[in-house]
Amino acid sequence: METASVPSGLTLLEFLRDRLHLTGTKEGCGIGECGACTVLLDEKPVTACLVLAAEADGCTVETVEGEATDGQLSVLQRAFVETGAVQCGFCTPGMIMSARGLLRRSPNPSDDEIVEAMAGNLCRCTGYEAILTAVRLCAKGGRR
Amino acid sequence: MTRELRVVGTSVLRDDAIDKVTGAARYTTDLALPGMLHAAILTSPHASARIVGVDLEAARAVPGVRAVLVGSDLDVRLGLYLRDKRILARDVVRYQGEPVAAVAADTLDAAREACHRIRVEYEELPAVFDPRDAMAAGAPLVHPDLASYDHMRGVFFPKPGTNVAHHQKIRKGDARAAIAAADVRIEASFYNPPVQHVPMETHASIAQALPESRVEIWTSSQSPYTVRHLLSACLGLPHAAIRVHVPYVGGGFGGKAGLGLEPLATVLSRAAGGRPVLVTATREQEFNTTPSRQGLHSTIKIGATRDGRITALEATYVWDAGAYADYGVNVGRAAAYSGAGPYAIDHCSIDSYVVYTNKVYGTAYRGFGHLEVLWGIERAMDQMARKLGLDPAEFRRRNLLKEGDTTITGELFTAGHGKPVECLDAVAKAIDWGRPSGAPSAPHKVRGKGIAMLHKAPAMPTYTSCAAVIKLDEDGAADVLVSGVDYGQGTYTVLRQIAAEELGLPIGKVHLTWDCDTALTPYDWQTVASRFSYMGGNAVIEAAADCLRQLKAVAAQALGVAPETIVCEDEVAFPVAEPDRAISYKDLALGYTFPNGNAIGGPIIGHGRFIATGLTHLDPETGQGRPAQFWTYGAHAVEIEVDTETGEIEILHIATAVDAGKVLNPLSCTGQVIGGVVQGLGSTLLEGFQFDDKGRLLNPSFVDYKIPTAKDLPRRMTPIFLENPQPGGPYGARGVAEHPMISVPSAIGNALADALGIDYTVLPLSPERVLLGIQKREKTT
Repeated sequence: METASVPSGLTLLEFLRDRLHLTGTKEGCGIGECGACTVLLDEKPVTACLVLAAEADGCTVETVEGEATDGQLSVLQRAFVETGAVQCGFCTPGMIMSARGLLRRSPNPSDDEIVEAMAGNLCRCTGYEAILTAVRLCAKGGRR
Repeated sequence: MTRELRVVGTSVLRDDAIDKVTGAARYTTDLALPGMLHAAILTSPHASARIVGVDLEAARAVPGVRAVLVGSDLDVRLGLYLRDKRILARDVVRYQGEPVAAVAADTLDAAREACHRIRVEYEELPAVFDPRDAMAAGAPLVHPDLASYDHMRGVFFPKPGTNVAHHQKIRKGDARAAIAAADVRIEASFYNPPVQHVPMETHASIAQALPESRVEIWTSSQSPYTVRHLLSACLGLPHAAIRVHVPYVGGGFGGKAGLGLEPLATVLSRAAGGRPVLVTATREQEFNTTPSRQGLHSTIKIGATRDGRITALEATYVWDAGAYADYGVNVGRAAAYSGAGPYAIDHCSIDSYVVYTNKVYGTAYRGFGHLEVLWGIERAMDQMARKLGLDPAEFRRRNLLKEGDTTITGELFTAGHGKPVECLDAVAKAIDWGRPSGAPSAPHKVRGKGIAMLHKAPAMPTYTSCAAVIKLDEDGAADVLVSGVDYGQGTYTVLRQIAAEELGLPIGKVHLTWDCDTALTPYDWQTVASRFSYMGGNAVIEAAADCLRQLKAVAAQALGVAPETIVCEDEVAFPVAEPDRAISYKDLALGYTFPNGNAIGGPIIGHGRFIATGLTHLDPETGQGRPAQFWTYGAHAVEIEVDTETGEIEILHIATAVDAGKVLNPLSCTGQVIGGVVQGLGSTLLEGFQFDDKGRLLNPSFVDYKIPTAKDLPRRMTPIFLENPQPGGPYGARGVAEHPMISVPSAIGNALADALGIDYTVLPLSPERVLLGIQKREKTT
């Protein structure tokens, strides 16, 4: 639980990174086009650069820092590591949170659902294939 | 060599992935130093203008502003091969997006607010946007003072009084006469627009000015030592006065080689009394302030015999350097010596001109000019095959380099170069080349197949070198120190594998420090050109051998045997005939202690190094010489389906073969191929800068400049690796990181010609362009 008084123009991304020092969430474009800053706001994926911190008042915000439990990687994180879904890693936190949001609302998503859910997150390194494979691996029983 | 490998050649997982999936990986913009200021950059709205006046009063009055700088404050010239650039534009601006002023303030908001309040008065000057126009007599000169600029002599040849920053010539035989005498001739022209690298992390640098003009830098860079070296030259400082750290880097693809925002961060920190300053490019600035891939206009003539032997090739490459030379001059050089494709051609003449224009400047981008020249060459080869009535694969097979041939720079092609023809055959087989495609999925769709070759060698100075240090820990584990940067490609994992292999350690006991630091980690030129696994790998092999020598010497003394009888494996050292007398690495790593307390040895630290050998400058008139440490060859074959109503291209299957020499890590190599192919699809189908008639970039955002997403993947991608070993490569390996991107456009362009019978010559092959081509054909038939 975080209690803070914030300026009206402060974005959720700035709040997370600059105030709470949760720097796992990245800024890739600042205008909601790349998905690098994806977090879950009340379980729904949002781009934190387009959400005002004040809008998150009373909401549950989940970031990549909350994905592992007691230092143990989640099944989803482990799948990213093992399939080679990580290269430079800058898009990875946003990818993980988009995938987490998908698996929350649809624990056993179809392939189309997976592609649709991940299509808003840009990656320049991997060519996406391994990322999609990682999410597919979690589609069946991939809860943490 | 028959030694069985334990670790090299296996898909060891990247340990950095743990930091990256948890959010623990710290990139430059994640660092926060005490007192750190944030900077904003004001860029030029004009492509070519004189700066008549600047009013900074209102900017300085913004609360929290600590420093405001403009070009007239800074009389410094920068450049990689040609010192033509300023930290901030001085007197004139040469492209829209060029930094004109910068502010450091307590907050980013304050810095941006202050930038908005800076008033700059410009007087617009004549501008030139097309490099072909820029070569014409009487064209406005982007750099009237070109004659006065320092440049790397003997390698680059700027032409003062013109816009030509470099002219690379390749002359072998008599191409003109051979083309005139050829049975069959073709001539074709092609164009690649400038594109952006689009690393997900934009450029970012922190600098802190220290006493005695020293400076400490943290930066998102591919090149800690090159940053230090170039800064030392431009600021007139000894190298030791500059310390450069490189934390995790969020992608680079060539765009973060050379100098980036480090000089600006440095002068801002100095102006702000030594407070650390973070400068981050906005995404818009990443598009039109930081450098891009150069555009290219190609004209290619090929002559061949009636039975399908290429006799001659003539090419003119006109590169759109933009406003500054940066890496562009070397792209124009490297792409020229590769500029006829991987073919045996007796008569070849290439003129490669790198030409200044008033646009955002160019630099290295994955493939370093090869995607661009091979867009033309490999399309032209298909046109020639068609004119000869030959199957395009068979035409290539007859002309590919093979043992005993010479390249266009006079290099003898040997078995150690790998086997281009095996790459061709492998991809052809993968897509059932020669058999008709299956039925399209709808009546208005058509299918086609295309094939294209690729090749590239690292473009680097003849004396390029690097070093590695391995130190053993108290527990017998190894720490590898290097200054090449793993900005996503996976080299650090490969280097760990090599160290583990050589030292007889499990992979889990080999660590590699991710923060490069010029004060602590050993020299590496820079991480470009697909050379790091090759050169760094050799340096690690040598460093491991040095560690083993030291381990054996101490173990031998401890056991009272000769060092040459000691074997090191599985974390222990023992006399070859007496394995029961083994001493563990951990009892040797810091020195061995006898039961009576006497000690020998000391901490074990191994050092290895590598320098390119046998390379020469190219002859200025003929381009003959030895430019390449090694070459990597490959091929793509693709099957596509085109929607004739929308112009959309779907990639049904793309097979990519690379002669890797040795696959050091299959998972990583596959990642390079898939990632490279998809990046190549961006260049093929989506990407290209668009400018208005005043040279203003019209698509500097992800709204208007699309890169491939998860929805844009081919239905099937097949990576194929050949392992014809490279003499001198670590375990026979060659570089493979850039190559998968090269010739993706050519293969798809060839498939498009197969499907539609239309020769597209301009990239990208957007639905609009494809559809316009179809409509134009319908009108003329």
